[in-house]
Amino acid sequence: MNILVCVKRVPATGGRITLTPDGRDIDTRYLGFTVSPHEECGVEEAVRIVEAQGGSSTVLTLGPEVATEQLRDAMAIGIDQAVLLETDGADWDPLATAGAIVDAIRTLEAEGGPFDLILFGNEAADTGDFQVGVRVATALGRPFVAGIKGIDAGDGRVVARREFGGGWEVFELPQPAVLGVKEGLNLPRYPSVPGRLRAKKKEIVRMSPAPRPGGPTKERLRLPQSDESTVEVIGTGPEAAPAVVALLTRLGVLGR
Amino acid sequence: MILGLVEHADGRPERLSLEMLTLAGRLGATTGEPVHAVLFGQGAREATGQLGGQRAALAHVVESHQLAVFAPVAWAAAIEQLMAAHAPSIVMAAGSDRGNEVMAHVAARTDLPLAANVMDATPGEPFRLTRQRWAGSLLEDAVLDAPTKLLTVAPHAVAIDEAAGAGAAAAAPAIEPFAPTLTDDDLRVAVVRRLEPDRSGVSLTDAKVVVGGGRGVGSPEGFSELEELAELLGAAVGVSRVVTSSGWRPHSQQIGQTGLRIAPDLYIACGISGAIQHIVGAKAAKRILAINTDPDAPIMSIADYAVIGDLHQVVPAISAEIRRVTGR
Ligand SMILES: Cc1cc2nc3c(=O)[nH]c(=O)nc-3n(C[C@H](O)[C@H](O)[C@H](O)COP(=O)(O)OP(=O)(O)OC[C@H]3O[C@@H](n4cnc5c(N)ncnc54)[C@H](O)[C@@H]3O)c2cc1C
Ligand SMILES: Nc1ncnc2c1ncn2[C@@H]1O[C@H](COP(=O)(O)O)[C@@H](O)[C@H]1O
Repeated sequence: MNILVCVKRVPATGGRITLTPDGRDIDTRYLGFTVSPHEECGVEEAVRIVEAQGGSSTVLTLGPEVATEQLRDAMAIGIDQAVLLETDGADWDPLATAGAIVDAIRTLEAEGGPFDLILFGNEAADTGDFQVGVRVATALGRPFVAGIKGIDAGDGRVVARREFGGGWEVFELPQPAVLGVKEGLNLPRYPSVPGRLRAKKKEIVRMSPAPRPGGPTKERLRLPQSDESTVEVIGTGPEAAPAVVALLTRLGVLGR
Repeated sequence: MILGLVEHADGRPERLSLEMLTLAGRLGATTGEPVHAVLFGQGAREATGQLGGQRAALAHVVESHQLAVFAPVAWAAAIEQLMAAHAPSIVMAAGSDRGNEVMAHVAARTDLPLAANVMDATPGEPFRLTRQRWAGSLLEDAVLDAPTKLLTVAPHAVAIDEAAGAGAAAAAPAIEPFAPTLTDDDLRVAVVRRLEPDRSGVSLTDAKVVVGGGRGVGSPEGFSELEELAELLGAAVGVSRVVTSSGWRPHSQQIGQTGLRIAPDLYIACGISGAIQHIVGAKAAKRILAINTDPDAPIMSIADYAVIGDLHQVVPAISAEIRRVTGR
């Protein structure tokens, strides 16, 4: 099977987010970068399916030159090839992003044959727009399901399942299909040292898409009203146990 | 007119859909437009009976036997046809799994922009809104420029308008059956099977108390101490991403941006630093007790109570004290 996975480079914000002085972006000067855990699972799934059934896996991102870091991360765990849709680093709204991904898929498929399966994260970690995958699938006329945490692909079909109401909903799609996947789909491996070295040497296909404006227009970012509270330290070490139990009683969670 | 997709189960509207309708009602009051609801499938008629307090003037009920199971594209096609017939100024749904998915299809089919997980909006020119990024750790003020505004409403960002008349008391909306024209393509993606939930044990999302474990727990075995405390408190065990990606516990127990949202009376966070992606999943907890060796861990700035110490000593000591006090 030929599989494409789309990932988005985002800052790895830790304990708190700091904004730039103009309030338009996250201050990333002291941050590393990553992709959404959903997308990491998409990458792992593509590698596993190709390991089991043969074929080829491709990772694609739309972003600035530095986003090649995320493409190499994916190749380090076993993705065969990478595509960078290079931008100047400005925000692209979901319509523009989807449009550029659709164009790239058409070009790639014209050269290398169809992707039997295209995997998106359920939502991007930063903007959380919940739509790029649906827009791409719709433009390509391919079936799509979101929220997928289990994939069984083969024989021209994809059986995909997702959690619903504490149980599971199962879908069956004809290939080629497009899925939005969630963390929990699998347990991604860590890259090996030889994997990293191999990834470094691999070539990255580059394209330069032109943006088409469309989505909601960001005016500024703000931090939510903080839930910050003054913490009451009720004790230190195991000697705190009676104070904790008194608290549990007071909060009424030790009843019955 | 403002059109809102109302999800329902067992003949009752979902909570998140009521939140959505509350915002729809507020927007309608500003623009002077009525709110219409659209409901799909079995139990839809029954559910409309409980929309009385929600200012919905009319409910479009889609009962086609083809839609007895969830089919996201078919739902979107039906909504698109309602849009063509009634020209709503805003179409909205809850920011639930289904709501976000169906509205993304509506947006893709109509080539309109979609603002997901909106917390509030101000109709007018320009149409302003505030939406969630990073699952709510960051807010974005934005302008939506489109002939029809498509929105989903962030879960638990809008308080349900209880004062408007709780459910049955106020007049329920009039029902207008709607039969969309659906193609095979619209029905290509549909639920083929359902696996029913395992109802044993305390569910994390319903638990009154959650005992959470992070990297500080140290190993899969380390969780037996947390399990013991949870058992004594009738609590569920939840974990951080470090724990699931280390393979110590299943992802179904992960709390946070890419895991579950919990809303217990008390969250006991053990060996968890308090990264924003974890904390967004526990925002609805009434109280947080942190047990951590580091008095400066970020979790201290959102916790209500803390015990500074090694969880492997503190947690067993709490369990022992509970046994002593309760005689169990
Ligand atoms: C896009 C994105 C999405 C994410 N989604 C999620 C998510 O859904 N859920 C989630 O949890 N994370 C998520 N993360 C990861 C998150 O950023 C953190 O990496 C993670 O939450 C940290 O887990 P932790 O607190 O267990 O580990 P750490 O940050 O390593 O903290 C461990 C804590 O344990 C304390 N400790 C150590 N030993 C002991 C001891 N013996 N006794 C007491 N305390 C001790 C330390 O002082 C420290 O505070 C996401 C990240 C990204 C980028
Ligand atoms: N800039 C991008 N480059 C590649 N893939 C993207 C990009 N933005 C979004 N995606 C993909 O689309 C998914 C959904 O994104 P969104 O609709 O923005 O929440 C993400 O999880 C990615 O798989």
